[in-house]
Order: sequence, then C-alpha cells, then structure tokens
Amino acid sequence: MNEFTQFVVGVWLQVPGWAQYLLIIVGEILAIVIPVILVVAYMTYFERKVIGYMQSRIGPNRVGIRGLLQPFADVIKLVMKEVVLPRNANRFLYFLAPVLAILPAIGAWVVIPFYPGVVVADVDAGLLVLLAVSSIGVYGIILAGWASNSKYAFLGAMRSAAQMVSYEIAMGFAIVGVLMASQTLNLTEIVQLQAGGIWHWYFIPLLPLLAVYFISGVAETNRLPFDMAEGESELVAGFHVEYSGTAFAVFFLAEYTNMVLISAVASILFLGGWLSPFEGLSWIGQPSTFWLLLKMAFFLFLFLWFRATFPRYRYDQIMRLGWKVFIPVTLVWIFVEGAMIIGNVHPWFA
Amino acid sequence: MVQRVKDWLQSFLFLELFEGMFTTGRYFITPKFTIQFPEEHTPKSPRYRGLHALRRYANGEERCIACKLCEAVCPALAITIDSERRPEDGSRRTTRYDIDLFKCIYCGFCEEACPVDSIVETGITDFHFEERGQQIMSKDKLLAVGDRFEKEIAVARAADSRYR
Repeated sequence: MNEFTQFVVGVWLQVPGWAQYLLIIVGEILAIVIPVILVVAYMTYFERKVIGYMQSRIGPNRVGIRGLLQPFADVIKLVMKEVVLPRNANRFLYFLAPVLAILPAIGAWVVIPFYPGVVVADVDAGLLVLLAVSSIGVYGIILAGWASNSKYAFLGAMRSAAQMVSYEIAMGFAIVGVLMASQTLNLTEIVQLQAGGIWHWYFIPLLPLLAVYFISGVAETNRLPFDMAEGESELVAGFHVEYSGTAFAVFFLAEYTNMVLISAVASILFLGGWLSPFEGLSWIGQPSTFWLLLKMAFFLFLFLWFRATFPRYRYDQIMRLGWKVFIPVTLVWIFVEGAMIIGNVHPWFA
Repeated sequence: MVQRVKDWLQSFLFLELFEGMFTTGRYFITPKFTIQFPEEHTPKSPRYRGLHALRRYANGEERCIACKLCEAVCPALAITIDSERRPEDGSRRTTRYDIDLFKCIYCGFCEEACPVDSIVETGITDFHFEERGQQIMSKDKLLAVGDRFEKEIAVARAADSRYR
C-alpha cells in the first residue's frame, strides 16, 4: 500500500505544473457536477413519489426495487430522442440557450461551502457572486423563447423574464437582511456567526425574510405555484415547447439544479448550514455536512409539497405579490432589523 | 372594519395556503390502497361475467348438446352454431360453436339458458387480441379455456348454485 502511494505521488510529481493545475480544476468540477446531477436525478424520482403519495397513489415502482432506477430510465429515454430544430429557428441561439441556462445553475455552486474549507472558491464576496451568477439564468430562458420561433415559447419566455426580474429584487432585499446581521458576504463566515445552538440561527429574527427569500426562490426557479413560464394549460410547456431530447433534458436539469441551489443557500443563510440543531450535546451536536444536506432536503421537500398543494397563481397576482407585498415586507423588516441591531438584541446582534 | 383587517391578515399570512398544505400533508402519510394489477386483483363475485368457456363432464365428454338455446337467446346475435350427428355414437354434437367477442355484450343469457351448464362465463377479464379474426372464439378455443380453468369455474358455480 505504501509503495502504491509512493508510486501515485511519483506519477503526480512527473506531471507538469500547468497540467496539475488543469487536473485539479477538472477534479473540482467533477466533484460538484456529479453529485449535483445525481441529486437532481433522484429529485425527479422523489418528486413523482411525494406528489403521488399526496394524491393517494404510490408513484413509479416498476423500474428497479420500488422504482429506484426510474431516473436512469428517464435519462436514457431523453438521450435517445431526436433533438428537433424548428423551422426558421435561429440555430446558434437555439442551442446556446440550454447552455446558458445550465451554466449559472451549476456555476453558482463554486461558492457554496459544505463545511469550513470544503468549498471550491472561498470568495470574500461569495453572496454577491451567487446573486450575479444566478441572475444570468434568465438569459437562457429568454433566448430559448425567442430562438424557438414559436409564439407559445415566446410568451412563456416573456412571462418568465418579467417574473424572475421582479422576484430577484425581493430576494436581494431578503439577502440584505442577512448581510446586516452578519456584516460579511463570505458564506462560510455567515454560517460560523450562527454557531451556538438553534436559537442563534438567523431564521428567528429574520423569519419574514426567510419566507420572502424561499417563496421568491420558488418563483425564481419557475416552480409551482409560480410556473407561469410553463403553464401547461395555456402555453403547453412555455419557453421549452420546441425543445426535445437532450436539449430539453438540459433545461430540466437547470431547473432542478436551481431548486437545489436555492435550498442550499436558504439553509446556509438562515438555518445555520452545517451547524447541528442540538449544539452543545455530545456527538449529535457536532457540526457536519449531514446537517446541511438534511436542511436542504427539508427545503426541497417544501418545493414538492407546494407543487402538490397549490394551483397556479394568476399572472397579475404574481406581480402583485412580488411588487406590492414582498418588497414592502422586506423593506419594513430591514428597518425592524436595524432597530434590533441598534438595540443590541441578543444573541444575534451582539 | 374588523372583518377587513381579518381578511387582510388571512391573505397576508397565507393562512389558507397552510390549510391546504396540512391537507396534502395528511394524505402524504395515509396508507395507500393501490392494487398492483398484474400481481394483485380486486376481489370478484362468483357471478362475474368475463371470458366465455365450454365445459366438459368429468369423464372428458363435452357437455354441449347443440340445443342452440344460447344462440336463440343471445340478444347480440354473437353466437353461431352448426350441429351434426356424431358418427361414432350418433349423439347430437356441435361441429361449429363460434362466439364473436366484439358482438358479445357479456349479458350472461347464454349461461342462464344452457340446460347442461356447458357455456359459462368465467371471471377472466384480462384478455386481448392482436390480429383480426382473433375475436372469434371457436369451439376449440372455448373448450381450451374451459379445460384450463375448470377448477375455478366449478368453484364459482358451486358458490352461486343456491341462488339459481
């Protein structure tokens, strides 16, 4: 074994410096992308299962034990299908759009810390990177709608663009609340500032902001009840009507990756990331990535629960909720929070 | 005024949405009653009228005596019978006994009309045809169904006999 390690180290030292650098980068990319894709694959499975259970059905159970291989069957089906290019569609933009949709969805993961030090890029302005990168996603949707040369796709893209732009404001304000509490943009530090037990987490003083952030996140990812971009009853499938096969799969992947991302960010900002809710108790109180995954699973379950429960919002109601309810709520709460900071309310604003 | 504040609070705090989530959450944990079809079947009455079969006596002699009562009673005219004397013993037997399953309305009159309990409707529901012409159940096919499911058919007849 020792000889083998020596051999591996020897081979590694033979590799030229630039190649070492490249290999490390590729390794980091794979370490993010593969788990994310696996999570997304099983997210689709659990989505069908959970919604099935809520409708007194049992969901997919034929492929593999209890249907556990269903995601792979779906992927194989999608990959084998033909990618159709609509007549008069802009070929370049048509195929660029899914790339632009998936790129920010996966790219934003670089700043997500899973544990102190376990992060691809420990950027000081991590939260800003996150906001900046994830807002590029809307371009993929607009381009997809425009390049498809289809009125349904175009309408879906317009709706989705307007919706994403308006909810990003409320989302940004909700994040400002976290910044005021933490005084830093670094995600690792934000989590570490919440150490000291469940009552130190930011969700207690910032509960309205957590609600606004998460609901805006649902709107941002075009999930029900805000799925105006898809709206199967009136727009067939919205911006991705004309996409099939792998191109469609990429849009699907982007949507679900964004859901997982929103859940991860919500857990880190408001629920103390990898910190244990039982801090202070012996082994169960240790911080661990497991707690982060558990909190993410909770938020992802909420996504599915929403989908199984609510009918789609009417379009003007979505806009009313975004502009006339969420933005005022966040603004008011930022002032309340300012008062709490001046008043040195313990334990959050020491 | 109080009512308006109440209404506003109700929509602002998403109270009704929480109620909805409570309902779906309750259904999430209730036991499911799905029947896994090819492996499981819903319970069936012994009187169930499914695919037809022609029965035999225990000694292997076919029951049908070509009385054509079933052909006469069939409201959909789905049954066609030809008969002849059998050369070996001169008894009346069918040479052709066809039921067109596309015409059949599964009313069960043929079964009731039969004086010797020969034509019966079994509890078989999952059958299908892949080509034209397969919907005609000929005498051979009907006898084959009868031979294969004789045990089930006999049990169903016995269970229902005291009501006949």
